[in-house]
Amino acid sequence: MADGGAPLAAAPRRTSQRRRVGPIAEPRALKWGLTAVAVLVLGVLLLLPLAVVFFEALRGGVGAYVASLLDPEARSAIRLTLLVAAIAVPLNAVFGVAAAWAVAKFEFRGKSVLVTLIDLPFSVSPVIAGLVYLLLFGAQGYLGPFLQARGLQVVFAVPGIVLATLFVTVPFVARELIPVMQELGNDDEEAALTLGASGWQVFSLVTLPNVRWGLLYGVLLCNARAMGEFGAASVVSGHIRGQTNTVPLQVEILYNEYNWVAAFALASLLALLSLVTLVIKAVLERRDALAKAGHAAG
Amino acid sequence: MAALRLRSPSVLPGFGLTLGYTLTYLGLVVLVPLAALALRGATLPVSELTDVFADSRSRAAIGLSFGSALIAAAIALVAGGVVAWVLARYRFPGRRLLDAVVDLPFALPTAVAGIALASVFDATGWLGGPLSRLGVQVAYTQVGIVVALVFIGLPFVVRSLQPVMEELDVEVEEAAATLGASRLQALLRVVLPGLLPAGITGFALALARAVGEYGSVVFIAGNLPFRTEIAPLLIIIRLEEFDYPGAMALALVMLGISFALLLAVNLVQAWTRRRFGRG
Repeated sequence: MADGGAPLAAAPRRTSQRRRVGPIAEPRALKWGLTAVAVLVLGVLLLLPLAVVFFEALRGGVGAYVASLLDPEARSAIRLTLLVAAIAVPLNAVFGVAAAWAVAKFEFRGKSVLVTLIDLPFSVSPVIAGLVYLLLFGAQGYLGPFLQARGLQVVFAVPGIVLATLFVTVPFVARELIPVMQELGNDDEEAALTLGASGWQVFSLVTLPNVRWGLLYGVLLCNARAMGEFGAASVVSGHIRGQTNTVPLQVEILYNEYNWVAAFALASLLALLSLVTLVIKAVLERRDALAKAGHAAG
Repeated sequence: MAALRLRSPSVLPGFGLTLGYTLTYLGLVVLVPLAALALRGATLPVSELTDVFADSRSRAAIGLSFGSALIAAAIALVAGGVVAWVLARYRFPGRRLLDAVVDLPFALPTAVAGIALASVFDATGWLGGPLSRLGVQVAYTQVGIVVALVFIGLPFVVRSLQPVMEELDVEVEEAAATLGASRLQALLRVVLPGLLPAGITGFALALARAVGEYGSVVFIAGNLPFRTEIAPLLIIIRLEEFDYPGAMALALVMLGISFALLLAVNLVQAWTRRRFGRG
């Protein structure tokens, strides 16, 4: 997902940011018309649903809101979601760093195939991702009899949810890091090697500080997706209340029971998480733009 | 780069380690499970696959999923194109806020988006109310499905187009103006062709995501068999009936059609790149 790094007013203006007048600017009416359309699209399609989550969650008052979050089933769902993210996100972050190092720092044959493979989970329906793990670990699956003989339960239990979440969130960190590392190039690392740094020192003292903001945003997106995964988790969870329901699955149950306040209260936690993710992204981009402006000035 | 060697020389360490780890991890988490689907699929009797097309309920679900995804990706392309243009070209108060909001569907869990959209467009909802008085029903119809898929697809289009729009050469537009083109002519015949490859990329990403989308759709869809039941939901229903072969056949047909569709989009993409350059 390419980031459109928003240039700041302070940044040196690129040609496209040059003030457009006369024949290379749209007529005023067209300009305002297009802006109005854009505001309407984003407002109606994106902001309104976000607002409705908090509106519905607080409809019964703060007391009812807090009570729905403290409900034992809700608490167990929150615990499970935190557990799943705590396993899936670090694993995929380490994978993302390793994959980005291999892809961005080296030229090798089959690289574009590898990048396609990393992106593959993006284009597989989450429902199919869940199905695939059912076929591997389910009672009728390849490893089903082996697991059953040893009393191990993978699907319709926590391990299945973790595995399905891993599959769905594999590309996030790698996707964010690869373009950042590619843009930075290898010069800093080669200089560090010349000065006698070991491979690990080069990575931890040179590369990691350079890419830390891209890494952070990738981890945040990965985390938001891991905590919010619904389709894949839905297939492998088994929906056992208080045991294998993650927050999104619990939201679905409450919503289908017409328990709106509780459903939206839990949903509001996930919505808050996504807001935090977006705010941090905006702050990071601002820093980035300021740093670039500083480099250009200095 | 040296095409004959496995990799071109580099002084940086860690190639074997990181590539090995990447391949092992991808293999375990992604490829082995997908191979399981392929292997199990290969043992399916052919009749199971043809049954997908023979069964009117499956046919309706597949038609609905792909039809809605195509419509939604097309709407997202137009709406996202306007949003990207406005964000890339115009300066106005609140622009940075709008720019940040575009990524919301990436970060908002699909189930949350689903219940929120259903609530907004329900006949008693903020928008559904006024719309139903006008006689337009959005929630629990195919229109609702398309709305949810546009929501999901919009950021893919905007983030594909926006950087390209920001990098466009002003000189080209100036030349067009100097040569007597009106602003509209310059936009349609000079600017637009250069944006085509990026637009197609965004369209393809939105389409791929929309075809398999589940969470944001099931709440607003209504889920009536033959009418508003999407293919991923039918896979889940088949699984709940313990009809694994049926679920697998449906999944394989979906993957097959998606693959063919994306291949077609890539061919168009390659053609526009040759024809118009830039990407």
